[in-house]
Amino acid sequence: MKATVDRQKCTVCGVCTDACPMDAISLRENRIEVSDDCSLCGICVDTCEFGALALPDVGTGPSQDLAGFSGVWVFAEWREGKVHRVSHELLSAGRILADKRGVELGAVLLGAGLDDEMAKELIAFGAEVVYVVDRPELAHFTDERYSKCIVELARVKRPEIILAGATSMGRSFIPRVAACLQTGLTADCTELDIADEGHLLQTRPAFGGNVMATIICPNRRPQMATVRPKVMKPVRGEGRQGRIERVELPDACFEARVEVLEVIAEQDQTAKLTEADVIVSGGRGLRSGDNFHLIEGLAELMDGAVGASRGAVEEGWMAPSHQVGQTGRTVAPALYMAVGISGAVQHLVGMQGSQVIVAVNKDPDAPIFDVATYGVVADLFEFVPEFIKRIKRERDE
Amino acid sequence: MHIVVCIKQVPDTKNVRIDPDTHTLVRQGVESIINPFDMFAVEGALKIKDENGARVTVLTMGPPQAAEALRDTLGLGADDAVLLSDRAFAGSDTWATSTTLAAAVRKMGDVDLVICGKQAVDGDTAQVGPEMAALLDVPFATFVKKIDVARSGSITVHRQTDEGTEVWKVQLPALVTVIKELGEPRVPSLRHKMRAKKAEIAVWGNSELGLDPNSTGLCGSFTQVVRVFSPQRRGSRVQLEGSIENQVEQLFQYLKKARVPGL
Ligand SMILES: Cc1cc2nc3c(=O)[nH]c(=O)nc-3n(C[C@H](O)[C@H](O)[C@H](O)COP(=O)(O)OP(=O)(O)OC[C@H]3O[C@@H](n4cnc5c(N)ncnc54)[C@H](O)[C@@H]3O)c2cc1C
Ligand SMILES: Nc1ncnc2c1ncn2[C@@H]1O[C@H](COP(=O)(O)O)[C@@H](O)[C@H]1O
Repeated sequence: MKATVDRQKCTVCGVCTDACPMDAISLRENRIEVSDDCSLCGICVDTCEFGALALPDVGTGPSQDLAGFSGVWVFAEWREGKVHRVSHELLSAGRILADKRGVELGAVLLGAGLDDEMAKELIAFGAEVVYVVDRPELAHFTDERYSKCIVELARVKRPEIILAGATSMGRSFIPRVAACLQTGLTADCTELDIADEGHLLQTRPAFGGNVMATIICPNRRPQMATVRPKVMKPVRGEGRQGRIERVELPDACFEARVEVLEVIAEQDQTAKLTEADVIVSGGRGLRSGDNFHLIEGLAELMDGAVGASRGAVEEGWMAPSHQVGQTGRTVAPALYMAVGISGAVQHLVGMQGSQVIVAVNKDPDAPIFDVATYGVVADLFEFVPEFIKRIKRERDE
Repeated sequence: MHIVVCIKQVPDTKNVRIDPDTHTLVRQGVESIINPFDMFAVEGALKIKDENGARVTVLTMGPPQAAEALRDTLGLGADDAVLLSDRAFAGSDTWATSTTLAAAVRKMGDVDLVICGKQAVDGDTAQVGPEMAALLDVPFATFVKKIDVARSGSITVHRQTDEGTEVWKVQLPALVTVIKELGEPRVPSLRHKMRAKKAEIAVWGNSELGLDPNSTGLCGSFTQVVRVFSPQRRGSRVQLEGSIENQVEQLFQYLKKARVPGL
């Protein structure tokens, strides 16, 4: 299946050929042709001024009786005695969705040795009910047990929406939950809303952040999404009331064919890219691994993490765990400083979601400047030490 | 040991850059490449083959030209390749893709380990691996950077999480999704390339898989794209000017005004 062209309406202007991210539309013998590379993304439909392009009848998937599903759930990510900040963010976002739908907001907390304080905290962030499953087998995360627990709970309680953080945990086991519940899932959303008919409007970046797509799951419930950390605002309310339900699940939920042998916490704090508010990244422009002390010094001063381009990783100047980009980590901190990085598209896709981007490069034509909020055309060896001095001066005053 | 590696052909982004005005990808004569994470998956499988002996089958679902991607992996040393190609598979979302791939793995029958890339760089969903594992009802581990097959009946994997490293023992049959640290792909050898040139690549359509047509392709997809739009352009870019001292001062003031953390 592919996009169709209405020859009556088509003026053969060729705008769609440039717009197609799959390069599937071509102008041949004064006709627009769509090839089998079409991914049905619909970008051409939106760009065509003449309404000449259309998608074939969209799929609906085997449908299901949607009545009888109610409530919004947030998976409360718990690790080593703490609830992840993204869960608080999602409860605040979920609160708005639940209010729009006029339904209950629930949180699901899985773990071992869970006290009520943690559940009360979830209530403060908006949950009206917290389902707690407390079992020694849940002390360490494994996809199998965690997904079986949520699947079982969802089968019994039938929520219409389930949200989880797009963390390494959420992006790992939530797809299994969706597959077991036979429902759709949208990964890594940055925006959520509810349409009048109750559809969850899930917006996410696609094609490396160059376009945004809004996705729905019209015929299955629950509607499921993972949401990028740090895009929703956590709002703590005072005096919120809610109930805590400790749930017993069948033993089968705690069986697993996986055994956790060892958990080794990241020693290197500066590699904590996904959590950092500030990231200072260095590239091949640094010229040697020793010169990375400039990047590390600036990062430390700003209480940030150290990132690197693949160029710098390939040179062996930084460990792969610091790499930002297509084959490294995707990050979206409040401030991203790219120092001596050219800005190859594989690097850009991993950091363009950052709120403020500063680029330091001596080449005024470097592509990194295309995405920078503030561009500094300078030799980094002159600029960075001066900038460090400036921050220190401010601190001293 | 029979290992299946799932690979996907994606548009090559090496030579494209982002148009600063329209903020879209500038793609001149873009070619297709194998999703980089899937190359690590192929490498991982070949390493197991080198060290412990294994049969490696490479699997992809895609248009007929995806056969070329499969041939490339045969050139690296994979034993067999299967292409799932049928108009009925077009327009699949991750659910329909996983359903189709899982059906192919089931048809093969004797698979011990499925290796997928962490995610495909065109869609970036990272869902197909875990969904396939659920459909095949096998245990799985994501973000794997090391696979140890010394024991029989299970593997030991090291996985990279946001917090650090976890070491898991996973019973076979199983599925893993892998990242860069597993190892850079090798270069094709002449011997394998010669064989790859002549190799038959099996093509399976839905008549071979026998899936309900309502569960494949666009019809079998639960999710629908309802709107595609350009991301909001960031506020107009500020290019700093003047001496180093001047630029330092300007940047400092801008960042202070923007209230970025860390200052
Ligand atoms: C499949 C694939 C996946 C990839 N994945 C990634 C990825 O995940 N992440 C990633 O980063 N890359 C990735 N790449 C590589 C990417 O294409 C680039 O090669 C890489 O990002 C370049 O790194 P760089 O910017 O550090 O080096 P270069 O491109 O060499 O740029 C160095 C820059 O430093 C500037 N410079 C030099 N000296 C100075 C100075 N004294 N002061 C100021 N500026 C200076 C130069 O002007 C230049 O712009 C991938 C490539 C492929 C093919
Ligand atoms: N069409 C496909 N054919 C074969 N494998 C695929 C296909 N789509 C996805 N995969 C596998 O699933 C992984 C994750 O893809 P995705 O969920 O699309 O990000 C990829 O790295 C591949 O290993």
